[in-house]
Amino acid sequence: MKTLMKGNEAIAEAALQAGCRLFFGYPITPSTEIPEYMAKKMKRVGGTFLQAESEVAAINMVYGAAAAGERVMTATSTPGFSLMQEGVSYIFAAELPVVIVDVMRHGPGLGGLGATQADYFQLTKGGGHGDYHPIVLAPATVMEMVELTYLAFDLADEYRNPVILALEGISGQMMEPVEFMPYRPKALPPKTWAATGIGDKPKVNIVSYVLANEAGELHNLHWAKKIERMRAAEQRYDTYRMDDAEFALVAFGISGRIAESAVDILRAEGIRIGLFRPISLWPFPTDGMRKYSRIRGWLSVELSAGQMVDDVRLTVGSGTPVHFFGRQGGMTPDPEDVAEAFKMALHNELNAGGVR
Amino acid sequence: MSVVFERTRGLTDQSTHFCPGCTHGVIIRLIAEVLVDMDLLERTIGVEPVGCTGFCENYFACDIVGAAHGRAVAVATGVKRARPDRFVFSLQGDGDGAAIGLAETISAAARGEKISSIFINNSIYGMTGGQMSPTSWVGQKTATSPYGRDVELNGQPLDLPLLLSQVDGAAYVASVSVESPQEVIAAKQAIHKAFEVQIAGLGYSFVSILSTCPTNWGVTPVEALSWLESKMKPQFHLGELKKPALEGVTGP
Repeated sequence: MKTLMKGNEAIAEAALQAGCRLFFGYPITPSTEIPEYMAKKMKRVGGTFLQAESEVAAINMVYGAAAAGERVMTATSTPGFSLMQEGVSYIFAAELPVVIVDVMRHGPGLGGLGATQADYFQLTKGGGHGDYHPIVLAPATVMEMVELTYLAFDLADEYRNPVILALEGISGQMMEPVEFMPYRPKALPPKTWAATGIGDKPKVNIVSYVLANEAGELHNLHWAKKIERMRAAEQRYDTYRMDDAEFALVAFGISGRIAESAVDILRAEGIRIGLFRPISLWPFPTDGMRKYSRIRGWLSVELSAGQMVDDVRLTVGSGTPVHFFGRQGGMTPDPEDVAEAFKMALHNELNAGGVR
Repeated sequence: MSVVFERTRGLTDQSTHFCPGCTHGVIIRLIAEVLVDMDLLERTIGVEPVGCTGFCENYFACDIVGAAHGRAVAVATGVKRARPDRFVFSLQGDGDGAAIGLAETISAAARGEKISSIFINNSIYGMTGGQMSPTSWVGQKTATSPYGRDVELNGQPLDLPLLLSQVDGAAYVASVSVESPQEVIAAKQAIHKAFEVQIAGLGYSFVSILSTCPTNWGVTPVEALSWLESKMKPQFHLGELKKPALEGVTGP
């Protein structure tokens, strides 16, 4: 049965369905529906919602609950996400399964509440210190928020790694019909590594420091292997009208939806264009993107000054033009703006091939 | 022949990293002894900070989670909320609990978080090489107060246990020290009571223990003990600053 639900609330409900029984968070617009929903519902499922004194405290409470072996989540928005970065680095190093929702607002600074995707660098390049990567998933619809929330808990447990759901404020606030399919957990080994009190098993230490340089390097190499495993296995993307495309827009989240309409506009003008929509921002879907080697020009459409475009350039190489179009400060482009920007950016390539 | 003293099974066989004459070793042994005395070891999860108590996962024979600097009580909160049937204690130094983690400390107390915090106060940042801490005494010379702690510049030392005794959710607050056998016995009793408070579900329990740092104070271990008494003790309110009516709890 479908229900009409806000994105933020759908994520919270999906987390409960996925067995999340602890939530620690600090109020910040536009993510606050998530803690509010948890405050209302967690009690009914026998779980714990706790309002922390700060995002710094919240991420460390999450660290503690994950260390004790329970499914746990926090949600925040950009400035709060910045405050959590030290904690995310520790969570990675201690190899703890944690799900974090970042409902983005624009910055830098306090910024504003409009649609933005300017957290891309912080999300994907390791916002905190050290060589690490969280898995980052970017839903475009409320339905996809539910599916990716289910997935996020499984991936977090499977890799013992932080998994971040990244969405724009506009998507968190947007209401759409949504259906909660039964959550089917992935078969995973028991969490024998968790600190649950020794009982009759050997004692457990969960720490993230390594002072001996030789041991430090071994840890880093171990994590590098995990990063490579995640990079190989967890790339996700969607495409729209890419089968016969000569040109492509690349956009995630809400920009992906706008770009989809822009594809239709340009197709109506006879341009063979498609959309490549990354769903995993990290790992970036390089393997999928490289399959489209015949694409003669890409346009990265983002709500930022141009961040993901770097990854697109790294993926397709210097032989193919890669351009950027974006709006900032909370503004969203219309599909017509994207279509126009595409024609201007790839003017030469379009004319060289002739508009078909 | 009767055994009058033995190594507690609350500690592993690992030798500690503490400097000669430092009283941290006494304090962690007291905690371990109380865990064993109260039969808690098997269901305990300890949370250690960053600082001189930051390597205690090697010493305690129970599960230990290492927190980021200042966040031990936040991490302990997460552990306790996830496993309310387990016994959870946190260790923090004066830099960790009274400076960078002050918000977490007071907020955990305000929530009446059912954890026990042991706050080891040596009036200095030991691990980083002897800088001024929020509890350094007026006139104390450290690497970052080379002319002595100046009230105009740095204010008075913070009496954290006194502050916490004003917070409703803090059920038990004690301020003890370890410079003599009598004080060691009193410190152990305070730890015992703090742990009883958690077991009884009465709220947050907090034991501040004044400790020496001969290395960074720049004195001998014996002088450090007398400094603790003459220089540290006058700065802080001492004793059991707040205690609940504990029915049936008698201490060791």
